[in-house]
Amino acid sequence: MEHIRTTKVEQVKLLDRFSTSNKSLTGTLYLTATHLLFIDAHQKETWILHHHIASVEKLALTTSGCPLVIQCKNFRTVHFIVPRERDCHDIYNSLLQLSKQAKYEDLYAFSYNPKQNDAERLRGWELIDLAEEYKRMGVPNSNWQLSDANREYKICETYPRELYVPRIASKPIIVGSSKFRSKGRFPVLSYYHQSKEAAICRCSQPLSGFSARCLEDEHLLQAISKANPANRYMYVMDTRPRLNAMANRAAGKGYENEDNYSNIRFQFVGIENIHVMRSSLQKLLEVNGTKGLSVNDFYSGLESSGWLRHIKAVMDAAIFLAKAIAAESASVLVHCSDGWDRTSQVCSLGSLLLDPYYRTIRGFMVLIEKDWISFGHKFSERCGHLDGDPKEVSPVFTQFLECVWHLTEQFPQAFEFNEAFLLQIHEHIHSCQFGNFIGNCQKEREELKLKEKTYSLWPFLLDDQKKYLNPLYSSQSQKSAVLEPNTVSFNFKFWRNMYHQFDRTLHPRQSVFNIIMNMNEQNKQLEKDIKDLESITAVSGDRPGGQAESTLTTLGQSDATRPTSC
Amino acid sequence: MTWGDQALFIQRTPCCAEVPAWWVQLHAFSVQGLFGKNSEQLTNSSSGLELEGSVRGRRVESPTDNTEELWLLHSNIDAIDKRFVGPLGTIIIKCKDFRIIQLDIPGMEECLNIASSIEALSTLDSITLMYPFFYRPMFEVIEDGWHSFLPEQEFELYSSTISEWRLSYVNKEFSVCPSYPPAVIVPKAIDDDALRKVATFRHGGRFPVLSYYHKKNGMVIMRSGQPLTGTNGRRCKEDEKLINATLRAGKRGYIIDTRPLNIAQQARAKGGGFEQEAHYPQWRRIHKSIDRYHILQESLIKLVESCNDQTQNMDRWLSKLEASNWLTHIKEILTTACLAAQCLDREGASILIHGTEGTDSTLQVTSLAQIILEPRSRTIRGFEALIEREWLQAGHPFQQRCAQSAYCNSKQKWESPVFLLFLDCVWQILRQFPCSFEFNENFLIMLFEHAYASQFGTFLGNNESERCKLKLQQKTMSLWSWVNRPSELSKFTNPLFEANNLVIWPSVAPQSLQLWEGIFLRWNRSSKYLDEAYEEMVNIIEYNKELQAKVNLLRRQLAELETEDGVQESP
Repeated sequence: MEHIRTTKVEQVKLLDRFSTSNKSLTGTLYLTATHLLFIDAHQKETWILHHHIASVEKLALTTSGCPLVIQCKNFRTVHFIVPRERDCHDIYNSLLQLSKQAKYEDLYAFSYNPKQNDAERLRGWELIDLAEEYKRMGVPNSNWQLSDANREYKICETYPRELYVPRIASKPIIVGSSKFRSKGRFPVLSYYHQSKEAAICRCSQPLSGFSARCLEDEHLLQAISKANPANRYMYVMDTRPRLNAMANRAAGKGYENEDNYSNIRFQFVGIENIHVMRSSLQKLLEVNGTKGLSVNDFYSGLESSGWLRHIKAVMDAAIFLAKAIAAESASVLVHCSDGWDRTSQVCSLGSLLLDPYYRTIRGFMVLIEKDWISFGHKFSERCGHLDGDPKEVSPVFTQFLECVWHLTEQFPQAFEFNEAFLLQIHEHIHSCQFGNFIGNCQKEREELKLKEKTYSLWPFLLDDQKKYLNPLYSSQSQKSAVLEPNTVSFNFKFWRNMYHQFDRTLHPRQSVFNIIMNMNEQNKQLEKDIKDLESITAVSGDRPGGQAESTLTTLGQSDATRPTSC
Repeated sequence: MTWGDQALFIQRTPCCAEVPAWWVQLHAFSVQGLFGKNSEQLTNSSSGLELEGSVRGRRVESPTDNTEELWLLHSNIDAIDKRFVGPLGTIIIKCKDFRIIQLDIPGMEECLNIASSIEALSTLDSITLMYPFFYRPMFEVIEDGWHSFLPEQEFELYSSTISEWRLSYVNKEFSVCPSYPPAVIVPKAIDDDALRKVATFRHGGRFPVLSYYHKKNGMVIMRSGQPLTGTNGRRCKEDEKLINATLRAGKRGYIIDTRPLNIAQQARAKGGGFEQEAHYPQWRRIHKSIDRYHILQESLIKLVESCNDQTQNMDRWLSKLEASNWLTHIKEILTTACLAAQCLDREGASILIHGTEGTDSTLQVTSLAQIILEPRSRTIRGFEALIEREWLQAGHPFQQRCAQSAYCNSKQKWESPVFLLFLDCVWQILRQFPCSFEFNENFLIMLFEHAYASQFGTFLGNNESERCKLKLQQKTMSLWSWVNRPSELSKFTNPLFEANNLVIWPSVAPQSLQLWEGIFLRWNRSSKYLDEAYEEMVNIIEYNKELQAKVNLLRRQLAELETEDGVQESP
């Protein structure tokens, strides 16, 4: 609280970002330890979590006051006009401090209290169990086993403790391979396709430089290949553009030399790095924030930002992966540089295309826990949870969610969850309200004692499940288990409901989706009513002189034939 | 459509051009899109192509012998290309509804024959040789569409409220204005003689007439052609009197000129012009810039070309989409319509709208303003009436505008997708207010198809005068006779419709506008999953209705049982 000098300012104006008529709402601005709150004259409240604030900007003084523009990580942009410059300055300084915490312990999750006891909290954390998930996939089995090599995080700090590897890969091979891979991230199982007996494995780039090789690493890849009895070759996907991978060789890193590995098919897929993605989103937001934007500026901005091009590249990579498994029964090893950004995108999306389970609400949680959280996607750095290096911030996970959204658009019945679910998850990777996304890897999370000190997001989402259900979901359509999306350019659209989720004036005024969702709910209630009514009419009919009837049609008949003298 | 490796043989020699023939009929082993999607292999059947001389219904049949047929109206053919590789000939048929069909025909001579027949048949000179004059409906006509929307009936709807207006038959012989219908609605205070004078002062004789009456506040939208002020600032007292007659005392009106000021100024050199402030002091003039003719046509050509290219990368797609300017036109038209609606509803002012002729952008604006303001125009009947009133009777030259579509290479000045742009704008509003329209997207797509190629006479001719001369009412069937039958209507009804009596303001921000995929990507992608999802949505709605009915019935029965109990207990 020491950062807050002014806790309340009256007569503040909130401008509508896109309105051409300069409409504004007047109200009172409050600053709390966790939120900024604006209450307008109609008592409508706008809450903004400090952690959501990406930037605060004080614009030049105007006649009506001092403008304060706040941009949020959930793409909300608010434009206040504070009457007195002094107040504006105080708020500005407070927000700068409050939105950038130096220590994990100051994040909201450590003070958030949803009034649950310890047992409930722990049960919440146990809701998603990755060991169960591997069991569901069918591992361990005769070809794959649980390795205890990383039980103490000795081989790789950014991997989870429990890793699945080919049964024939001995510990020395694993250790040897890990020394030949960036950050020790050696090839491990990400997804096992039971019926094809094919695997998605993931790792980081090899430290091959221009000519170095590592026999253990070669053995490990061969072991992965052999763990797939149906197939004689495996794919190695380097998700980076060829040039980037080649440039890495000068730094002693690089990519697999096909000559050194037996029976691999090597493939670059050309997804750009985190810096390109960051500036791409930046450009996109700049264009879309323009007032009175013309159609041509919108499309040329969309094009020059490259955003949809990047989304398409991620999607194409995932499709390549899914095809290799589904059509060729080939195992695939995926990596990028460190194997925690693009690799997470491609492995998780590929699994989502292959396995209908990940398209359910619970399955999607499992997928995020597995390919993103446990394998060390650096959420805290990528989302800028703490006051850190701005160059580490990148919308990698947002891109993953957007790819999923594109899939829900092409396959409206294949997903149990709806768009609101994706938006809510996006909200919480930045909110720091729950412990799941805090920290950069499992080891760090354990050290922070997150399971003791914070709550897990997933049980809260499950409690609210009704909001996130797709009314058109059909487990029937899941029988065509593998999704084969079409990635012709025109299938990719700007995701307005994400990047303009708070700009209601840009949205359709009526939502088909909400209507159908409510109707589905109503239908359930009506079914219940009918049952109740039928049992009541049956009872009332079951008296002397009357006839016991329980179904609607017979009741109707008996009604008509009832003697009028009654 | 391609035939794969299968030989294609001609079942009947193409008939020659003396006999009017209207359909290309295609039988095939496999029917698939040009881009190889939705392919469905069929076996045990011969494949063939017929140029049909006899008159038959337009449909895709699946007879018992597993052939698939595709019937294509000759007038739907926009352009054809021929290609030869060795003995194999290929004909590529490009349709006005943007579909592209490829026929592989072994034998150069046969291929040339077919191509020249198709070419001849799809470019008939005389309207009276066109299919609607030979089409005999295979359905029972419940209501003759030619009489569904008579101006008198439309006026009747208003007459109780609009005492200051009258129906004038000054144009009975089409002599005052060739592009107006015989009956128009004008201010009561202005007699027919004055109208004749005003007609000489307006482009094409299109004197200001009532387009829409806003019941809420009694304000109106009028439309006309540009005033013929010329370079020396000619004026017409009757014209001023006519439009002033619509103003309340002390109130100002708005003139929306759909052209930018500089274009309107240039028009003076050719005898046209705009209303001078000095002569129309009670009116505020606003210039907008809705493009016309070839600019729109080029925009369509570019857009469709880009939508048909499946190989382009993201950057190219986005830049071509931008360069086509299609969505810019949509935004401009919608913005102008919103402006008109705003003047009327929010400012409580009457409006006069015109461009140059008053037959294109003017009608886009007047009709869209009504979609925004008037709940009735969002119903099926109301929308049909709107098209009758604001497009057909108002003299939008359909015959000229829709003669060619996106694949034409003739650079005729008068072809232009004005009506398609209007439908696209309606679709944009429909997307933003999906529950406020009684019709669905299919209804709009159907109207687009029939405006360009149809078995019905509705969209033939350029105005009522031409339609009269062609005796369309006697010799052809009206589109509405077919559409307004319950079996057809069910396909066009929006299951989500709930009458909404409010004014609906669409967002015109670029982020809110979208490419109309149902039209432009229709033949380029599979809509299987989207269609299935739509069906599921309809099922949920239907089920909801069923359940509600059941609950109501049970409640009624329960209530009856209870009253019976009451009777029994207290005799």
